[in-house]
Amino acid sequence: MPIGDSIPLVGIRWDDALFVVLAATLLISAVLVVTMRDIIRCGLSLTVSFASLAGIYALLGNPLVAATQVLVYIGAISVLILFAIMLTQTKNAPARLVFQTQVWIAAVAAMVIGNVIAVTALTTTWPNLGDRVSTVTADVARLLFHDYVLPFEIVSVLLTAAVVGGIYLARREPDRREGDRS
Amino acid sequence: MSNSLDSYLVLSGLLFAIGTFGFLARRNAISMLMSIELMLNAVNLTILAFGAFIAPLKTHAAVIALIVIAVAAAEATVGLAIIIAIYRNKKTPLVDEYDSMKD
Repeated sequence: MPIGDSIPLVGIRWDDALFVVLAATLLISAVLVVTMRDIIRCGLSLTVSFASLAGIYALLGNPLVAATQVLVYIGAISVLILFAIMLTQTKNAPARLVFQTQVWIAAVAAMVIGNVIAVTALTTTWPNLGDRVSTVTADVARLLFHDYVLPFEIVSVLLTAAVVGGIYLARREPDRREGDRS
Repeated sequence: MSNSLDSYLVLSGLLFAIGTFGFLARRNAISMLMSIELMLNAVNLTILAFGAFIAPLKTHAAVIALIVIAVAAAEATVGLAIIIAIYRNKKTPLVDEYDSMKD
């Protein structure tokens, strides 16, 4: 059964309501990521912000990128970050003093950057601005494997190199361990 | 509201600012990496917003966003591996205690 263009009785369009809810979830969870004391909770909150961002991508008419966001960010990068947290946090690595000493300067810098971006975005008139259109996934595939095939291959090589490099950096060094013991 | 480019750009600007704050202010190396992920996501949101509202960029934006996601995944892999390697030597995840180059 098709639902209408706007919410019944209230009269707000579904798109707007979804955008407000997703944007609020995104901003609140992002603020929690950078301010919470317990770093495991920061990681879980990061997952929430990735999920709401996937919702915004779907709202922008890009289902393929939304699905990729769920697969890569929520499925892979969040899990990677959570495992790294479990591997690196000691109990005495303090929960006290979450921030550096220059936290106020950082806050001012972030506010300046946010304001500059917002003011620039609001005052610029963009050329060729049209209405929101959704992207056809078949077109994306055609473009990716035709015009962008070289970046695609380079990214695949880069990913392989990154995985090999990651394993090399994070593995235990057996020689040094045995040297320590003897 | 959801049909204007400006709201998406302001949203991504705010997300980028939050990420900047986290990167500059947190002491924990993994928190800094999480803030970098937030900033990369803000950039991706900008790309896709432009793609959705400017017709000639429509398909290109999706392709570029996919490539950015792949590169961000590579960055996260190497970054976390470096943090784990440093942790194994220094036994602390706090960046202000990584000061052996000072001596």
